[in-house]
Amino acid sequence: MIPLVTLTDLEIRRDGRAVISHAALTLRAGEKLAIVGPNGAGKTTLLRAIVGLERASAGRVTLFGETCGTEAAFRKGRRRIGFLFQDSDDQLFCPSVVEDVAFGPLNLGASEEAAREVALEALAALGLAHLAERFTHKLSGGEKRLVCLAGLFAMRPDVLLLDEPTNGIDAENGARLRAALAGFAGAMILVSHDDGFVSEFASRAMVLREGVLRAAEIHSHPHFHAHPHIHPV
Amino acid sequence: MRFAPADLRPRLGAGGLVLVLIAPLARPGPALVALALVLALYALEGRALPWRRLIHLEAFLALLFLTLPFTVPGTALLRLGPLALTDAGLARTLTLAAKVTASVLLLSALFADTAPEHLGGAMRAARLPEPLVRIFLGLVRYLALIRAEMARAQEAMRARAFHPGTNRHSWRAFGWLIGRMLMRALARADRVEEAMRLRSYTGRLPRPLLPPVGAADHARALALCAPFLAILIWELAR
Repeated sequence: MIPLVTLTDLEIRRDGRAVISHAALTLRAGEKLAIVGPNGAGKTTLLRAIVGLERASAGRVTLFGETCGTEAAFRKGRRRIGFLFQDSDDQLFCPSVVEDVAFGPLNLGASEEAAREVALEALAALGLAHLAERFTHKLSGGEKRLVCLAGLFAMRPDVLLLDEPTNGIDAENGARLRAALAGFAGAMILVSHDDGFVSEFASRAMVLREGVLRAAEIHSHPHFHAHPHIHPV
Repeated sequence: MRFAPADLRPRLGAGGLVLVLIAPLARPGPALVALALVLALYALEGRALPWRRLIHLEAFLALLFLTLPFTVPGTALLRLGPLALTDAGLARTLTLAAKVTASVLLLSALFADTAPEHLGGAMRAARLPEPLVRIFLGLVRYLALIRAEMARAQEAMRARAFHPGTNRHSWRAFGWLIGRMLMRALARADRVEEAMRLRSYTGRLPRPLLPPVGAADHARALALCAPFLAILIWELAR
């Protein structure tokens, strides 16, 4: 079976300096790949390179078996890839929730009615049906993230790219986000500092440090462990 | 009782048309009648006058009152040293003030209670140019964010004991603040554009599904425009 995403010897330069060098990565159907590394290591850049927002100065990006070099080629690949941004406000630009979720299906050629239908379905699947007619800028941070995810699911992606998905999300919405992602059958690449989240979802991990990508292993070991909790009295 | 069409599309159309009908009025008589009509609309709908909005507007008009009557050539009515108040100047000032006030009051009556997001949808449904609609919706969507960013930045400045004054340091600080806001807004615009591209955007935003405009709303829109058309005909028939 052809891999969904392949990076071959990828190099990305910014201001004359290589921020990613000789990166190689293969994502196969159903795989959940975590990319971890310190701040500024180039994790977001790597995700951006996969969808062609960042162009490689050397190496290749192959999406669904086709080598992508031009915007047109990337555009084709992007139809099957959902990218969840770090800042949800960047992703929600339509006035109302249902319009925003319908944005993708409309771009894929659905009629107005069909797009609305798909959008409402995607919202209902994440338990967000009650938000449909709300204005996007009046949602809470957690709700915004979930609506973004509904917008991606509405396009029925084969691959999800998640950039710090649990950042700035409260426990309750975090649980809903996890539940939604657990129900996603496709492949995903997730970039996260949240170790709990990574170990829950990832089937494989890689470490990105100073622009160099290396295979890593996920293991868990028992700890005697205590942490503070806050409960209402 | 409501005179404005309930549906936003005919309301938008009628409002725009009335503004176009008011714009060419050049005599105080028709302009004042137009103003009286708008005020009558307020009275009939039992609507309070938006004094706050009017005060903002009249502050600009005050400048007009101070300069225009003295600068338009005509028969002098009153002399103040080298300045002469002319009849033509007075008439021009009165006309302008009545037109501007009537227009603002009308727009306020039609759209003050409308959520801007809905107005954007109506603009799109009315098939106004896509870039115009997009700019309007973008403004509505991101204004709150930009405001919050500005407020946070100013709080951060105050938290570090910044106290604005009339001095170089304050001006420079405000310069940086504005520069930073612009840079951040530009960066956000780039990210939003990328997010749109990632979801296969090709230049079309979703158009909300709206039922066709009802006959009653068509009638209301016509009724709103007709008297102003009559005023324009009176103006042109002198």
